[in-house]
Amino acid sequence: MYEGIVEDTQKAAIADLGIDKGVEALTPEKIETVITSFLESETGARFKTYADICVHCGLCSDACHYFLSNDRNPKFSPAGKVKQTIGEILKHKGKVSPKFIGQTAEIAFTECNVCKRCAMYCPFGIDVAYLMLTMRRLCHKLGVVPQYIQDTAHSHSATFNQMWVKEDEWIDSLQWQEDEARGDISNLRIPLEKEGSDIMYSVIGPEPKFRAQLIYQAAVIMETAGMNWTMPATPGWDNSDMCMYTGDSEMMGRLKRSHFETAARLKVKRIVMGECGHAFRSVYDMGNRWVGWKMPPIPVIHAIEFYDELFQKGKIKVTHKFEEPVTIHDPCNIVRGRGLHEKIRNVVHRTCSSLIEMYPNREHNYCCAAGGGVINCGPPFKAKRVEGDRVKADQLREAKSKGAKVVVAPCHNCHGGLEDIIHHYKLDMKLKFLGDIIYEVMEKTT
Amino acid sequence: MKNWNWEVGKRLVADVGKWKESWVWVEEPYASPDGEKIAAIVRTEDEMFNICVNGQAYENSFDKIWHLRFSPDNRLTAIVSDGEWTLAIDGETWENRFDFVWNTQFAKDGIAISVQSERKYFAAVNDTVWENGFSHIGDMTLSHDGQRAASVVQTVPLKEGEIVKFQQGCFSVAVNGEVWDRNFVNVWNPAFSHDNKRVAAEVRLNLYDYTIVVDGKAWDKTFSTVWAPQFSPADASVTAPVRIGGKWFLARDGEILWDKPFDQVWHHQYSPDGKNIAAIVCPQFGQWTVAINGIAWKHTFGDLVTDLVISPDGTRAACVGKDNGKWFVCVDGIVWGGQFDMAWQPVFSPDSRRVAAKVEKDGKYVILTDGVPLIEPVQALWTPTFSPDSSSILVRMIEDGKYYRRVC
Repeated sequence: MYEGIVEDTQKAAIADLGIDKGVEALTPEKIETVITSFLESETGARFKTYADICVHCGLCSDACHYFLSNDRNPKFSPAGKVKQTIGEILKHKGKVSPKFIGQTAEIAFTECNVCKRCAMYCPFGIDVAYLMLTMRRLCHKLGVVPQYIQDTAHSHSATFNQMWVKEDEWIDSLQWQEDEARGDISNLRIPLEKEGSDIMYSVIGPEPKFRAQLIYQAAVIMETAGMNWTMPATPGWDNSDMCMYTGDSEMMGRLKRSHFETAARLKVKRIVMGECGHAFRSVYDMGNRWVGWKMPPIPVIHAIEFYDELFQKGKIKVTHKFEEPVTIHDPCNIVRGRGLHEKIRNVVHRTCSSLIEMYPNREHNYCCAAGGGVINCGPPFKAKRVEGDRVKADQLREAKSKGAKVVVAPCHNCHGGLEDIIHHYKLDMKLKFLGDIIYEVMEKTT
Repeated sequence: MKNWNWEVGKRLVADVGKWKESWVWVEEPYASPDGEKIAAIVRTEDEMFNICVNGQAYENSFDKIWHLRFSPDNRLTAIVSDGEWTLAIDGETWENRFDFVWNTQFAKDGIAISVQSERKYFAAVNDTVWENGFSHIGDMTLSHDGQRAASVVQTVPLKEGEIVKFQQGCFSVAVNGEVWDRNFVNVWNPAFSHDNKRVAAEVRLNLYDYTIVVDGKAWDKTFSTVWAPQFSPADASVTAPVRIGGKWFLARDGEILWDKPFDQVWHHQYSPDGKNIAAIVCPQFGQWTVAINGIAWKHTFGDLVTDLVISPDGTRAACVGKDNGKWFVCVDGIVWGGQFDMAWQPVFSPDSRRVAAKVEKDGKYVILTDGVPLIEPVQALWTPTFSPDSSSILVRMIEDGKYYRRVC
């Protein structure tokens, strides 16, 4: 039986209730049974091909912000992470110890953002993100998942949103934001349950909980642009999906069904979603497909595409441009996952006086290190996460040295990750969503 | 419905377009099922809200009004606040007042709402509030006779982050406030039996094993996941879609009923006599259609199938399908001519021989009967209704800002 990595004091120092309790409940026999069944029933040609064809050329290493930020420690290279986890499981045919599973969980959940940057540089196109998500799925099956993200998955299952927002709290938050927004536009409505609207606007759980002003701002943009829109007053309003990242595919499918069936019930023609990256991955790629929909059954338009469309059609106009020089952080899931990088720039050029690019950028961007559910693993792994993205801090510092004062990041998790990086590395930069900037500079209906 | 006016003709009920001249704003209108009334929430000059019905506002305004809906028996309901929240029916508020109200449900002549008072959650049916309150309520549903409510409730206090406790089971079902004697990790979609006495729900026993529970007792088989159960109108059995080995089946009382595997099975429903079951299915990944008693229609849609309905005699079915971004109406596996920007759930005539559906094209709305336009395109429409003898169709429509009741 493989016992796992012996010398690693850092790993031993991080305590996590979800991982530790999960490991306690495991036996070697249970591990072997679950792994054998899992490999037989849930993996196929793609998994076997990826596992077999890696020649350990190392080209993926320089693609990974963890590797670069950890002084090129090979343990943090994408191929290294696969080798330490799935590689050992296959090599030992599932005969691995509970301690080893704990270590693999930590690697899969907290040392890889499943950002897919490495897949772009692999000469064989090996998608390490897929392999790490497969590893997470196995960890879910074994009951070894970090506490905070597991709690978020529990929230999804009980409330269909990721922040334990109760049904009445959601509606009350919308009505509160509607009242607030009437300070700007006296007749503004956030239309609830308006069947037959053109657009259902959907957000992620943190918006009503912590960033309610984003709903207010979106309402002002919708109203000014003259959109026929609605928001649901039922579960299904949250497009986010941490179950996708804990490996609970059954719950992922349940969440996406709820979201799309809410839109279908309201008879909307499309869903416009707020500025979130991982939720886009879930509605556009993973969650919808688990259910059986090849593509989203109701088209999903990311906020970036929507803002770009509004400007292109002249639906919103600016009274002035945002003065402070900005730089752009490209969120992985909507840049590598959807190719929206030029649309972000279109909107920034429409609304901001000065753009100072970070390099590498667009589809070659470095992840914020929060994505892929890593920030959702919570405080125990915060230091590792922030230190694992020193290269992003270097990028930000360089942009700052050229004059950038504000980072535009059209993704919630990126905001969380970049906020921690800015604070930790003492970068003294401000963070904005595109919606923040548009709201600030747009001509508003009164 | 028998008492409704079925005389063929078109009658102007209200000039809705003119309402805007009287109010600060007028929200989207709702037409009563019998077509006699049209109503909208309106905002008054003093920043209060009222409801305008056929051009007349109620005497009392409210601080806030939302979720205006007609009941099937033509009563106009709205969730209103005059400092405290309650339900108003035809302008008269319930006696009970709450800190928040949402989720109005109708069944027969019953009306239920989900309510919150002092951070406790209840259901209220016909202005009677459950005696027992809970720290969470979800998926509230009303019995077929409109007299009882069932809901998912949280029975064990839980703080954020308590993952071990959560996985021990903190949720159950309350029926009229009385809780089943067993907790589950998750419970979803409680459904009443047709005699209104029993309740089934889908549950998760741990993070991996799902099954169906009837009156608190779980099926003796578990599945990798399940969807909402239904009681048979014919006997006491319960059916639900279940997932085994990555494929979906329909199961009855824990045993496989439809043995042909699908990539998806959901929204199953019975014919009134319980002899036939229709469901939305996915015969292959990305291909959607309807199956009757486990046999799928040949025609499939690539985007979506929704709004399944089974005819009153149980021999026919219809649905809305979506393919390459366009919407279609499909009846008995045959797609009607024409593609639309949106289509609504088809409606069968009481004799099951005719089908009507509302569709949208180029911003205008039409009613199709058996695939043929019944009227010229209009500005707004509601779902059509057949007369009890199936010979006439009630059309509720707005044309040039005016609301008409028309019988064709």
